[in-house]
Amino acid sequence: MSGAGSFPETLTEQAKALAAGQFSSVELTQHYLDRIKRLDPQVNSFINVCPELAMAQALVADTARARGEAGPLSGLPYANKDIFCTAGIKTTCASRMLANWRAPYDATVVRNLAQAGMVMLGKTNMDEFAMGSSNENSWFGPVRNPWDLERVPGGSSGGSAAAVAARLAPVATGTDTGGSIRQPAALCGITGLKPTYGRVSRWGMIAFASSLDQGGPMGLSAEDLAMLMNVMAGSDPRDSTSVERPPEDFTSQLALPLSGLRIGLPREFNDGNLSAPIAASVAEAAATLEQLGAKLVDVSLPHAGMAIPAYYVVASAEASSNLSRYDGVRFGHRCEAPKDLADLYSRSRAEGFGAEVQRRILVGTYVLSAGYYEAWYRKAQQVRRLIQTDYVRAFENVDVMLGPTTPSTAFRLGENADDPLTMYLSDIYTTGVNLAGLPGLSMPGRAVGNLPVGLQLIGNYFGEQRLLQIAHQYQKQTGWHLARPAFAEL
Amino acid sequence: MRWETVIGLEIHAQLATASKIFSGAPTRYGAESNTQACPVDLGLPGVLPVLNQRVVEMAITLGLALGATIAPCSIFARKNYFYPDLPKGYQISQYEDPIVVNGTLDIRLPDGNTKTIRVTRAHLEEDAGKSVHGLFPGYSGIDLNRAGTPLLEIVSEPDLRSPAEAVAYMRSMHALVRYLGICDGNMQEGSFRCDANVSIRRMGSEQLGTRAEIKNINSFRFVEKAITFEVERQIEILEGGGQVVQETRLYDADKDETRSMRSKEDAHDYRYFPDPDLLPILITAGQIEAVRKTLPELPALRAARYAADYGVAPQDAETLAADQQLAAYFEALAGACGEGRLAANWINGELAASLNRANLEIANSPVDAAALAGLLVRVRDGTVSGTMAKQVFDAMWQGEGSADAIIDARGLRQVNDNGALIALIDEVMAESPAQVEQYRAGKDKVFGFFVGQVMKRSQGKANPQALNTLLKEKLGGS
Amino acid sequence: MSLSTAELLRVARLARLRIDEEDAGAHAAQLTGILEHFAAMAAVDTTGVAPLAHALEVTAVTRPDAVSEEIDRSQLQADAPLVEDGYYLVPRVIE
Repeated sequence: MSGAGSFPETLTEQAKALAAGQFSSVELTQHYLDRIKRLDPQVNSFINVCPELAMAQALVADTARARGEAGPLSGLPYANKDIFCTAGIKTTCASRMLANWRAPYDATVVRNLAQAGMVMLGKTNMDEFAMGSSNENSWFGPVRNPWDLERVPGGSSGGSAAAVAARLAPVATGTDTGGSIRQPAALCGITGLKPTYGRVSRWGMIAFASSLDQGGPMGLSAEDLAMLMNVMAGSDPRDSTSVERPPEDFTSQLALPLSGLRIGLPREFNDGNLSAPIAASVAEAAATLEQLGAKLVDVSLPHAGMAIPAYYVVASAEASSNLSRYDGVRFGHRCEAPKDLADLYSRSRAEGFGAEVQRRILVGTYVLSAGYYEAWYRKAQQVRRLIQTDYVRAFENVDVMLGPTTPSTAFRLGENADDPLTMYLSDIYTTGVNLAGLPGLSMPGRAVGNLPVGLQLIGNYFGEQRLLQIAHQYQKQTGWHLARPAFAEL
Repeated sequence: MRWETVIGLEIHAQLATASKIFSGAPTRYGAESNTQACPVDLGLPGVLPVLNQRVVEMAITLGLALGATIAPCSIFARKNYFYPDLPKGYQISQYEDPIVVNGTLDIRLPDGNTKTIRVTRAHLEEDAGKSVHGLFPGYSGIDLNRAGTPLLEIVSEPDLRSPAEAVAYMRSMHALVRYLGICDGNMQEGSFRCDANVSIRRMGSEQLGTRAEIKNINSFRFVEKAITFEVERQIEILEGGGQVVQETRLYDADKDETRSMRSKEDAHDYRYFPDPDLLPILITAGQIEAVRKTLPELPALRAARYAADYGVAPQDAETLAADQQLAAYFEALAGACGEGRLAANWINGELAASLNRANLEIANSPVDAAALAGLLVRVRDGTVSGTMAKQVFDAMWQGEGSADAIIDARGLRQVNDNGALIALIDEVMAESPAQVEQYRAGKDKVFGFFVGQVMKRSQGKANPQALNTLLKEKLGGS
Repeated sequence: MSLSTAELLRVARLARLRIDEEDAGAHAAQLTGILEHFAAMAAVDTTGVAPLAHALEVTAVTRPDAVSEEIDRSQLQADAPLVEDGYYLVPRVIE
């Protein structure tokens, strides 16, 4: 039960309760809006709260339910990462560049969730343009980790992760390019899924690195994520990179036992970067899965150490091009009194983008520029293929892989502010998954003191159901995912 | 110092689709500013491109018409640069892997010969918007209606050697894309634009000189004038001991000169890389065949050209165009003798009859186009009459030699000399006073008697047209 | 493979990001550090390895040639910085 209220916490439980008439969607929504108003000033997980819209959507859902027209997600609230376009409502990407921009259209994900009857509580904070691992790179101020307000929640989907952890929303949308769903899920003690590349439409999901970006669900349990995947996933004629798949119910395999499943443990993930307590949590989780019937297999991903360089070169290159449209001409921030076109561009962009975004644009521009393309960008794409091949080979012998999500627990705000490289290293276990386009999930394991630890499951292409199944069985067995920060009791 | 002009043309043809290459916005010309620019065309945050199937078909169509290779796998690449009419800050184009490579286009040179121009590649890309200067004091206005319109950029090898050749190539390509229905060719509206890469080098040199690129030329006339000016400009520079700068230039039609567009920035670094939002275009043999079936009859295009350029009657043109060998023979003959109708008549008449009788293909004709041209030239200049020419042709067919040789050997020169003809006419009139009276009394049929008589006395060599004219005059009573 | 200040300014110019000369040195140093870390890739043997552009082998997606967008110019220009008569205005460009 949520603090100071009689509402269940998980989406699954809320859905049952709504169906049973225990409370209305309006009441449930009001509950969250009240908490957000009271508690979010301390966390800063929302950039924009939408009380009127949310209540209107809740009312519509209740009305539909009264007519017997409610679907599985009708009237359930969610928080929406401020990277998804929402028609008529500001979509900022946590950037000064888009601080006042209203999208003229809905992202496909947003439209799907609305059509399913979900209620959008507001737009969550994030690292600017999805570039970051701590949610300190936001024009709207940093997000704080509900487990320790002096620490970061992770990024870039830090706002979504913190909101769910603080019980300000039962579920949230996130996006993951190099770990931006999984890493904040790990640092905030919640569950997050990055689907296979192409699973979820990118139409209206503001681009950072087009060949790596994927939208996905974040929540308190694998069960909840599966419910959301049923609405978020699907090919979209507006997204050429989305993949046509036969229809599937992501909740259908949750209850299946794990007997016979082969779980690979990549030896490269147990490297000098990994903190000992986290290594212990992973080992304990492996043992638990073995008890549940799975078989543990040693696997190797020889090029794992190259994931960070390859990722950053490719992602920065694509980002530098994707962000060229932000020029002060048709929308977004424009500098005061530009004296000529060159001034319009360079000053609007220098003012509109934060330091990390500018850094990545410079790196990306450099690695694509004449004389450097072969040695940098092309090289990185070749290394990318080697990384993918490693995974494909390993999956010949295992069904999923298990490892840590991050090398350490949540660090302090400001700790890595002047050290971009150290910041980048938070993603050493997650970036390879994006490069290969595979699905990855993070779920809570045994914490280290007060700080959550994330366990990463990596699946084969379109193997989300397997990940959700394993996570669900693990969560039923251990209950780590139900741990609640003291802050959430408020 | 003899200089050789070297020209390559890059033609941008707007493909005549209903919607844009990567969005469902309309492509109609002349709409109010920004009323045809949807979020994708505007490059708004979160938008994605989706390829228009029709543009692929159109590219394949052109590739087939040029006898080119259609790439089984071609890639869209981003060309990155900043300009207000380029909303995303990059243009989606094709770079290392274009959809069409290695085609050719035949053009007819001013002297009547044909020349084969190699087409290096053709690739798909999106058009940019437009800037208007001068409407808003101190500002330029950006209209993105045109942004996203599909373009096929067609690049020739630097095989063109004169402004006239360049115009011929441009005209041929213009006719072809219109004929194929893939582009309306409306140059005023910007549907068909041309950039010319111009350089010069010493005659006989194998190396290419430094080239200047003249951008956005929108008429055949301007292409000719712009290149002419540019060649002279470059010659002047080189002869003065200077060096041609590689740069972009614009043609000013009012002043009839090209001007440098070069700004003070460094040369563009476009940072091409494959567009991650789009997948490779995979084209199967089956798809190519499907397009091939929809191709209009290329011989029809050729026939149309024969009718238009050579004045050949449509049915004759079709006969000639229908067969590659026949067409080749025709073009060689027409070019060499200088008269298309005459050439067509002889090929479809005497030559065809002789080939049929001998059961020969035109490729094995004992009288080749050059030889026959030698005869037709003599028909044109009045050396032999049409009737006599048939005798000469038969003799050539039998291998007796060239037209001139046979005419001389057999003494078949037509009597064109009016004085000689008048003398003969006088003779006949003097010997046949009764017939003269009859004719003058109104019996027109008697005219033929006089023609026959003069012909007999001249062993058939009297020029029939001249005879006719003179007889009429003399019989008319002068 | 250290990045000079001039190089940094050239890249900034390409990217249309204004960087003051006095900050250029610090930026160059920081970028050098980052790139040096990534340069580890050079040691990986990639002979004969094709670059990976798309993780999954999928066929091209296309759409039929039809007008499918209804364009509301005023809505699309509602948040534009400077618009007149439907044109987006920028400081005068001289060609």
